[in-house]
Amino acid sequence: MIQNLLRVEKYFDSPTEKLQVMRETLNQASGDLILKAHKPHISVRNLNVYLAKKHILKNVSLDIPDKAITCIIGPSGCGKTTLLKTFNRLLQNSVDVKIEGDVLVDGENIHGKEVEVESIRKKMGLLSQRPCPLPMSIYDNIAYGPRIHGIRRKKTLNLMVEKYLREAGLWDEVKDRLKSPATSLSIGQQQRLCLARGLAVKPEIILGDEATSALDPISSKKIEELFVKLRDQYSIVLVTHTLRQARRIADYVIFMYLGEVIEAAPASEIFSNPKEKLTKEYLDGYFS
Amino acid sequence: MRHIRIKRIEEKIFKGLMIVATLAIVVSLFLIIVAIVRRGLPVMSWDMISKIPTGGFYLGKEGGLLNAIVGSLYIVVGSISLGLFFSLPIVLYINLYLPEKSRLAQFTRLSFDVLFGIPSIVYGAFGFTIMVYLGIRTSLLAGILTVTMLIIPILIRSIDEVIRRVPKEMKDAALSLGATRSEIIKPILRQVAPGIVTAILLSVGRGIGDAASVLFTAGYTDSIPTSLSQPVATLPLAIFFQLSSPIAEVQDRAYAAALILTVIVLILSIAARFYSRKFSKNKI
Repeated sequence: MIQNLLRVEKYFDSPTEKLQVMRETLNQASGDLILKAHKPHISVRNLNVYLAKKHILKNVSLDIPDKAITCIIGPSGCGKTTLLKTFNRLLQNSVDVKIEGDVLVDGENIHGKEVEVESIRKKMGLLSQRPCPLPMSIYDNIAYGPRIHGIRRKKTLNLMVEKYLREAGLWDEVKDRLKSPATSLSIGQQQRLCLARGLAVKPEIILGDEATSALDPISSKKIEELFVKLRDQYSIVLVTHTLRQARRIADYVIFMYLGEVIEAAPASEIFSNPKEKLTKEYLDGYFS
Repeated sequence: MRHIRIKRIEEKIFKGLMIVATLAIVVSLFLIIVAIVRRGLPVMSWDMISKIPTGGFYLGKEGGLLNAIVGSLYIVVGSISLGLFFSLPIVLYINLYLPEKSRLAQFTRLSFDVLFGIPSIVYGAFGFTIMVYLGIRTSLLAGILTVTMLIIPILIRSIDEVIRRVPKEMKDAALSLGATRSEIIKPILRQVAPGIVTAILLSVGRGIGDAASVLFTAGYTDSIPTSLSQPVATLPLAIFFQLSSPIAEVQDRAYAAALILTVIVLILSIAARFYSRKFSKNKI
């Protein structure tokens, strides 16, 4: 990379030109670095999804890097959520859905015949748009996942509940009322509870479907900070409508439009120097 | 201005209509209760709810309605348990396992809507036909089975309505933790517990108050049954038989029986509401 930069220094005369090319070189290098450091955790190949005969996802191919925050951006109705739901196979519960193509998680096709859908879902924690606690106490909400996966010992469960509530930054707020209903929490706390609940089944991936859009600014900031804190341990995929959020926390960005992936690149590259005209227009706010 | 005035008048007319409708119903129900209490209360006594009929009870002599009270409770408890045993799996199956808008689910719902509307005497006659075919006499078991058939449509349709209203996000949330479909039943049932209580109350009301379905199937007797194969008395039939008596004293006892029936339903409703509130504290 350094050699490339030196070469640029030699070959171009005008300073603006020099700067431009240097920036491009740097961006490319950083992109290479991110993809090199983070092997793809989820790979999508030629994915086509039809819902009620409508072609929602059109020949989507992309890689989601491991242990990084990937933001999927794009205007409403471009298939972001559908893509997310394909990852944990929730989509197939809908009516009249047809899925073609491959989704590989750790190299394993999730639509393979011998794959158990529960084990795929266990790998991925889902945070929905509006927090959706289960109709149980705070404690039972966290313990629900471990329990269905066979953990029964009270001591282990207690430890897990504390650990994941701490991880979601909620422990200090709720430690005295673990037995009260989850609905007694504020909506921001509920979303952190849902995050803790998801973490308690030990996933590798966290899927967020506009996870902060129903929250107040302070709560959504807390969730964002949690994502940043968790990115070393989990691959985080966020669908987001807020470009600013993507700018703040994304490592890797996928821009979708009308069911197609227009551009996928490291955040620094896509925000400073988008390759596609559409991406640039979207980032500049010509449409949203 | 004129436009607004018309709107105001409209508003008043509709509000008036609502009040009239509410009053009409509340007042007529109140009148029924007044009639029951006025004629039933004077003949009410401790004997009435603690003794079974003696020889001349239906001629106005000593005795009580304990046989019918216990019989009605037996029938209702038996048929609610049996009814839930069949309806819960059916409702859970059509809601969780069949795809949305599945033909089979639609067809099942339609069938139970139709069954809902069938008069109870038809269930009674149906039960009787089968009893004749199998060579069984009128009995507690036959009564329970027939009332179960009568209330299953109510249980299924009302539980179905509440389970359909469980937010999809809640199911998705549980599923995305790696739960199987049978594992998400628990949170769903917790969420709809109050709805199930309402469904049970509706069925208790229908089951305990129905005379036609038990007429041919459960029979009538002056003693309390000690096994499922013995006939059993019920309060609605006690009312029916005593009302058709020419003796005024006995007719009044019919009202006393109606009073007992009303109080039982009242007690059950209050208890059920109390417990459903306890269950629903975690509802979202």
